[in-house]
Amino acid sequence: MSEKIPIGEKVLMKGNEAMGEAAVQAGCMAYYGYPITPQNELTAYMSRRMLEEGRIFIQTESEIGAINMCYGTAAVGERCMTSSSSPGMSLKQEGISYIASASLPVFFVNVNRGGPGLGNIAPAQSDYFQSTRGGGHGDYRVIVFGPTNVQELYDFTMLGFDVADKYRMPTMILADGILGQMMEPLVLHEYKPLPDLPSKADWRLGDPATKDPLLVTSLVLDVPGMEQRNLDLFHKYEEITKNETRYEEVDTDDADIVLVAYGTCARIARSAMEQAREEGMKVGLFRPITLWPFPSDPLSKLADRVEHMLVVELSLGQMWEDVRLATGLKTKVHLHGRTAGGIPGQADIVEHLQKALDSKSDEIVRNF
Amino acid sequence: MTQKIRCAGFGGQGIVLMGRLIAYSAMVEDKHTTFFPQYGAAMRGGTANCSVIVADCDIAAPTVEEPDVVLIMNGPSLDKFEDTVKPGGWIFYNTSLIDREVKRDDVNVFKVAANEIADEVGSSRSANMVMLGAFVAKLRTIELDTLLTRSLDAQMHGKSERVMELNRKALKRGASLAE
Repeated sequence: MSEKIPIGEKVLMKGNEAMGEAAVQAGCMAYYGYPITPQNELTAYMSRRMLEEGRIFIQTESEIGAINMCYGTAAVGERCMTSSSSPGMSLKQEGISYIASASLPVFFVNVNRGGPGLGNIAPAQSDYFQSTRGGGHGDYRVIVFGPTNVQELYDFTMLGFDVADKYRMPTMILADGILGQMMEPLVLHEYKPLPDLPSKADWRLGDPATKDPLLVTSLVLDVPGMEQRNLDLFHKYEEITKNETRYEEVDTDDADIVLVAYGTCARIARSAMEQAREEGMKVGLFRPITLWPFPSDPLSKLADRVEHMLVVELSLGQMWEDVRLATGLKTKVHLHGRTAGGIPGQADIVEHLQKALDSKSDEIVRNF
Repeated sequence: MTQKIRCAGFGGQGIVLMGRLIAYSAMVEDKHTTFFPQYGAAMRGGTANCSVIVADCDIAAPTVEEPDVVLIMNGPSLDKFEDTVKPGGWIFYNTSLIDREVKRDDVNVFKVAANEIADEVGSSRSANMVMLGAFVAKLRTIELDTLLTRSLDAQMHGKSERVMELNRKALKRGASLAE
């Protein structure tokens, strides 16, 4: 693959490697990372490709080193990234919080594994709260993409760099071990940046001999100053919620019950939906593509006409809480959650759909 | 058409390569495909398996719970996956390393003496290719010709011509079993 990257053509690639190539194409100038399964192929891919391109690859002494190198690289206005898996992401959270406060663009990837603690290396989505609530300390958010196939891993990596620059903030992909490890055909689209990306000239640090000194810091001791910084972030987040919320709806028009799922789960849910429709149930699918901003408004509208929703996730009710917040008391939100490597079976979901449709008026059906 | 395939054996038998070759061939033939390896703390001699889906439409779930076809290279893998095969599906298994019969009577069984045939061709290391050849010739999920002319070169890039020729021979010998 490395001698000649066939841009524009269809190739068979591993999810982890597809994100790496997309980052290279999008002009990522530095990759910093520390190995951890199940994202190792991304680090390995970058160790080769970044050097081929004459760019920076550093296997850092720790995850904390990697995220803080991103902080520095972003401060001088260069595109950079890091990647890890769950325990490694926990270590990076302090740095991400600093980067969010300093309004710097950094893109990163979490290929979620089973937790809590050191957990295991199996696929999971249990870092949903960590990803969508900021993750570190303080009042901040990270734009979170939840791709569902290898093509989207590629496409949203490119978009992740662009929206990071557009809003000057951290952005990320939340994937799981299946997406990271699987191979699928994808088209290696040429990178086309979003139109009107802002210039970095007025904020990036430069050579003090030719540029006035600037200060990048997350320490603001005076209260009004720090509160204002938070309010500025908050107003930016409102704008992002308006502009960047993404989702997909499938066959929701006539649905009595709608499956809500993202990432790998959305694909299993879709297979279950097709089976359930063959069995006569009217089932739709709602797939959040951005997990933050969460597509609350479209879900709320859907709740006006659908009596039941069934959230399917590789965690025990984390996204379920967001669906309940979005829909209020307008609809019954049932839950099918597996975790720590447990994968919902298609037949289990179909059975759960039937139980949900048959449930009493005040009953929420849960699989555990 | 959607066909779900699981390849299984021990680490070092080229199980993952079998899966990758099927997936790559499917892509070359403009079919939809997805490949997922068992990953993690694996070692030579331990168990290895991977799953591949080949379809003529979008593939939703990438997970394989109930395969249509299993390609089984050693005994522990037959024990593990025999019961998972869909009724009416296919079990291809390596009689060189498995001395028992398949217990199921609701599936099709195809026996391949993969190691012995590979030995005759030149090296038992090509046993996976013998199995793959038998599978594609029998079920035509992908074409033998695609494997020979496109996929081997793409997926085994950098191997010596001697090894490539051995693999091509092993694939053809495997295919001849099913003709």
